[in-house]
Amino acid sequence: MPYLGSEDVVKELKKALCNPHVQADRLRYRNVIQRVIRMPKLDQWGQAEVLNFLLRYQPRSEEELFDILNLLDSFLKSSSPGVVMGATKLFLILAKKFPHVQTDVLVQVKGPLLAACSSESRELCFAALCHVRQILHSLPGHFSSHYKKFFCSYSEPHYIKLQKVEVLCELVNDENVQQVLEELRGYCTDVSADFAQAAIFAIGGIARTYTDQCVQILTELLGLRQEHITTVVVQTFRDLVWLCPQCTEAVCQALPGCEENIQDSEGKQALIWLLGVHGERIPNAPYVLEDFVENVKSETFPAVKMELLTALLRLFLSRPAECQDMLGRLLHYCIEEEKDMAVRDRGLFYYRLLLAGIDGVKQILCSPKSDPSLGLLEDQAERPVNSWASDFNTLVPVYGKARWATISKYQGPERRGPELPNAASFATSGPLIPEESKETVQELPDSGALMLVPNCQLTAEYFEKTWFSLKVAHQQVFPWRGAVHPDTLQMALQVVNIQTIAMSRAGAQPWKAYLSAQDDTGCLFLTELLLEPENSEMQISVKQNEPRTETLNSFISVLETVLGTIGDIKS
Amino acid sequence: MISQFFILSSKGDPLIYKDFRGDSGGRDVAELFYRKLTGLSGDESPVVMHHDDRHFIHIRHSGLYLVATTSENISPFSLLELLSRLATLLGDYCGSLNEGTISRNVALVYELLDEVLDYGYVQTTSMEMLRNFIQTEAVVSKPFSLFDLSSVGLFGAETQQSKVAPSSAASRPVLASRSDQSQKNEVFLDVVERLSVLIASNGSLLKVDVQGEIRLKSFLPSGSEMRIGLTEEFCVGKSELRGYGPGIRVDEVSFHSSVLLEEFESHRILRLQPPQGELTVMRYQLSDDLPSPLPFRLFPSVQWDRGSGRLQVYLKLRCDLPPKSQALNVRLHLPLPRGVVSLSQELSGPEQKAELGEGALHWHLPRVQGGSQLSGLFQMDVPGLPGPPGQGPSTSAPLGLGPASLSFELPRHTCSGLQVRFLRLAFRPCGNANPHKWVRHLSHSDAYVIRI
Repeated sequence: MPYLGSEDVVKELKKALCNPHVQADRLRYRNVIQRVIRMPKLDQWGQAEVLNFLLRYQPRSEEELFDILNLLDSFLKSSSPGVVMGATKLFLILAKKFPHVQTDVLVQVKGPLLAACSSESRELCFAALCHVRQILHSLPGHFSSHYKKFFCSYSEPHYIKLQKVEVLCELVNDENVQQVLEELRGYCTDVSADFAQAAIFAIGGIARTYTDQCVQILTELLGLRQEHITTVVVQTFRDLVWLCPQCTEAVCQALPGCEENIQDSEGKQALIWLLGVHGERIPNAPYVLEDFVENVKSETFPAVKMELLTALLRLFLSRPAECQDMLGRLLHYCIEEEKDMAVRDRGLFYYRLLLAGIDGVKQILCSPKSDPSLGLLEDQAERPVNSWASDFNTLVPVYGKARWATISKYQGPERRGPELPNAASFATSGPLIPEESKETVQELPDSGALMLVPNCQLTAEYFEKTWFSLKVAHQQVFPWRGAVHPDTLQMALQVVNIQTIAMSRAGAQPWKAYLSAQDDTGCLFLTELLLEPENSEMQISVKQNEPRTETLNSFISVLETVLGTIGDIKS
Repeated sequence: MISQFFILSSKGDPLIYKDFRGDSGGRDVAELFYRKLTGLSGDESPVVMHHDDRHFIHIRHSGLYLVATTSENISPFSLLELLSRLATLLGDYCGSLNEGTISRNVALVYELLDEVLDYGYVQTTSMEMLRNFIQTEAVVSKPFSLFDLSSVGLFGAETQQSKVAPSSAASRPVLASRSDQSQKNEVFLDVVERLSVLIASNGSLLKVDVQGEIRLKSFLPSGSEMRIGLTEEFCVGKSELRGYGPGIRVDEVSFHSSVLLEEFESHRILRLQPPQGELTVMRYQLSDDLPSPLPFRLFPSVQWDRGSGRLQVYLKLRCDLPPKSQALNVRLHLPLPRGVVSLSQELSGPEQKAELGEGALHWHLPRVQGGSQLSGLFQMDVPGLPGPPGQGPSTSAPLGLGPASLSFELPRHTCSGLQVRFLRLAFRPCGNANPHKWVRHLSHSDAYVIRI
C-alpha cells in the first residue's frame, strides 16, 4: 500500500475501496474521500496515488462534483508535475459533462505544461510536448500565443525537434503564421536531412489554410536544387494540389527544372503524377516524361514505372501529337521486355483499353483532379476533450495513438465493451473458405418461399433506426465453441446474401455482430448475434419488419446452416 | 508502480539491478533495454520504449541511464519525477552521481532502493524519513579539503580561504559519517539561470527566454529554520510595479511546497525549514524583456567565391556585459558546408583557439571581459560548394553555413537581475561554530543561437 499518512487512514481507505457496495454506501465513501483529500502533509507520491484512486469515483450530484473539484483546486498548483497532471486528468474526467470547466482546467495547466516543455530534463520535455499535442487536437488555439516556446534549438535531440515541429504546425493562426513560417523555413535548410524534410512536410500541412505564402516558400526551396529538399517539396506539392486546387497554377509554374534533382522513388512518382494530371499547363511536360521513358530500362523502382504508364496515358489524352510515339514505345517495352509482372499487367491493360476505343480511356482515366472535400474531412478531426481525457497523463500520448493500438494487442484480450466498427471498414481480404464448406453452404435448402436479394446495402443509421423500432420476432441460442473468426463468417454470410452491417473484432468480449438481409418481397430481416465470453452458445435475435412466419423460419434455417458450417470449419 | 529498476553505465554495463515484482520472466531486462536503445531509428523517441508487455522509461543523468520498467499504463510525469528524485537522492547520499561513486557504494544504493520502493510502490523519498532506516555509510574517494582552490579563477589578494569555496565543495555526502564529528555545518545556495536566445540573420531578436532556479543544498541538521531575502523590487507578472525604477521582473514563479510565503508579498522573504540534502526552493521564468542587454552579439560577414571555392568568414564577437564582469569558457560552434578542406585563421587574442572538427568550426575563448570585442578571420577552401547559381563572389551565406551557437558561463551574474540579499539562520545549531553560508549567482547559456 502506498504511503499515505497515518495507519488508520490507510485502513479506512482500504475498507472503503474493498467494499462491493461502495457506490451504494456513498456517504461513508464521501467521508473517506474528504478525509483523504484534506490530509495534511501528504508527499507528492501519496497525492498522485490519491488522485489516481479518485478517478474511480462517480459523483452523484452536481454539487458533490463541484465540492470535490474545489477541494482539489490547490493540487493544480503543486510544484510536482506528476501531481499537477494527475489533478488535471481527474478534473477532465469528473467534469465530462461540463465542457467549460474542462476548458478552464486546460487554461490553468498551460503554465505548468509550458514550464515542463522548457525543462532541463529532456525526457520531461518530451512527455510534456506529447500532451501539448493531445490538447491541441481539441483546442487548436490554446498555445498559439506561446509559439516561441516551441522553436527548436540547435542542441536538442532529434525526437524533441520533431515533436516541436508538429506542434508548431498545429498551433498556427493568423497572428503568428508569418513568424512560424519563417522559423520553419529556416529549418528546411538544416544540415540534418530528416529534420529538413519534416519541416517541409509541416509547411505542407500549414499550406492547407495559408496556401499562397506556403507555396511561395516551397517554390523558393526548389531553387536551392538540393536533392533531399526537392523530392519532399514535390511530394508536398502533389498532396497540396489534390486538396487545394487553387494553387495548381503556381505549382505548375514552379515545376520545370526539378526533374534534374530527384533520384528517389517517392519524389519521382510525385513528379510524374503531377505531370500526368496537370500536364496541359506545363509546357515541357512531354519532354520530361520522354526522358523517363528513355531511361525506363534502367529504372529500378516498379512503382515509378506504373506511375509513368498512367501519367503518359493521361497526357496522351490532352496532348496526343507529342505523346503518341513515346507511349507506343513505353507500352512495347512494358509488355514485351518488362520483368515485373505488375507493371506488365498494367501495360497490357492500358493497351487493351486503347484498343477498345478512346472514349473508354477517357472515362476511366479522366478522374477528378482534386478533392477539396477530403481536406475538410480531415480537418474535422477536432475531437472533443472527452475522447482523450482518459488517456491524459498516461503513456498513451507519449507513444501516439497509432503505436498504442499495436502495443495493446500484446496486453492480451482485455474486457472491452461492445464495439461497433464503422460500416465502411469491411475487411475485404479474409481467409478464403475452404472448398468443401463452400459447397455445403451453397447447397442450402432452397426454400422456395425465401429468396434473399443480393447487394442490398443498408446504411448503419437506417439499420439502427429500424432495429430500435421493431420488436424481436425470434430468439434462440446456437451451440458454439471457441472464438469467432469474423472474416470467415462475413464471407460465408455474403455467399447467402446476408449483409454484415457491423461486427466486433476477433477476440472481443462479448462478441457481437449485426446482420441484415432483404428478400425479394422487400421484407427486411435484421439480426443480432451475441457471444458472451463464458457461454458456449451464441444468441441469435431476429427482427422482421413484416410479420411472416414461413419466411422467418426459412431465414433462421439459412442462418443456422451458415453458422453450423463455420463452426465446423475451425474445429 | 514499477517492476524493475536498474542503472546502466554509458556503455550499457549494468551497475545496479533491482527486481521488485519478479515478473521479468527470466529475461535479462537490462540487456534488452540497451539493445533496444542502441537499435532505435533516428526519429523514434528513446524516452519510453516498449517490448513484449513491458514499458521501459529512463532518464540520463551524468552519462548514466536510470531505467524503470513497468507493465501498467501509468503516468509518465510521475515516473520521470521519481527517476529524477532518485538521481538527486543517490547524489546526496554518495556525494555526486557518476559511475565511480555508484560502484563504490553499491550496498548503500541497494539499501536506499529497498527503503524508497516497496514491491514497486513509492514509500517515501524524503531524506528525513530515510535517515532513520539507512545504516550504511557512504564511501568517498578522497577527503574534502578547502585547499583545492586552484579550480577557481580569482586573482591575487582576493584569495582568502574563508571567502571562497571551490565548486566541488558541495559535492560530498550529505549525511554525516558517524566517525567524523568535526563536520562543518554548511549551506549552499545557488541562483542558476539558463539563457536561451535566438537572433535572426538581420540582427533582430527573435526569442529570449530565461529559466531560473534557486537551489539549496543543506548540510545543517533538519529543522533549522532559514530565511532567504530576495531583491525587494522584484515584481512578478507584467502588471506589478514595485520600487521606483524599472525594476526586476519575472513572468512566473513557483515554489517548493515546503516554502512559507507569508513575508513574500511584503518583503520578498522566503521562510523554510529545509531537510538535509538538495532542494529547489524557487523556479521562475522570464521571456522577451530582459532588463540588461544580451551578453553577446555576433557580427558575421561572409564572402565566398564560387568559382575558386574559397570561403572567408569574419566573425566579430562583442561582449555587452558590464566592464567588471566576465564570461568564462566561451565556445562558438559554427557548422560549415560539406567538404571543407583547410582552415587558416587569424585571431585577435593569444589564448584563443580555433579548430575544425566534425564539419564545424570550434572557436574557444577561455575568458572574455565585459565590454570587449574579439574577432577572428577564417578562410576555408570548399571545393564544389552547391548553392544559388551565379558567378563570382557573393556575400550571402552558402548552404550549410549553419547558425552559430554559443555556450558560456557568466559567474556572479544573473540575466534577470534577481539577487539574494541575505540568507539568515534562525537559530544557532547547538555545539558547532557558526555555520558557513555560501551564496552563488550563476548564469549559463542553454541555447544561444545566432543565425548567419
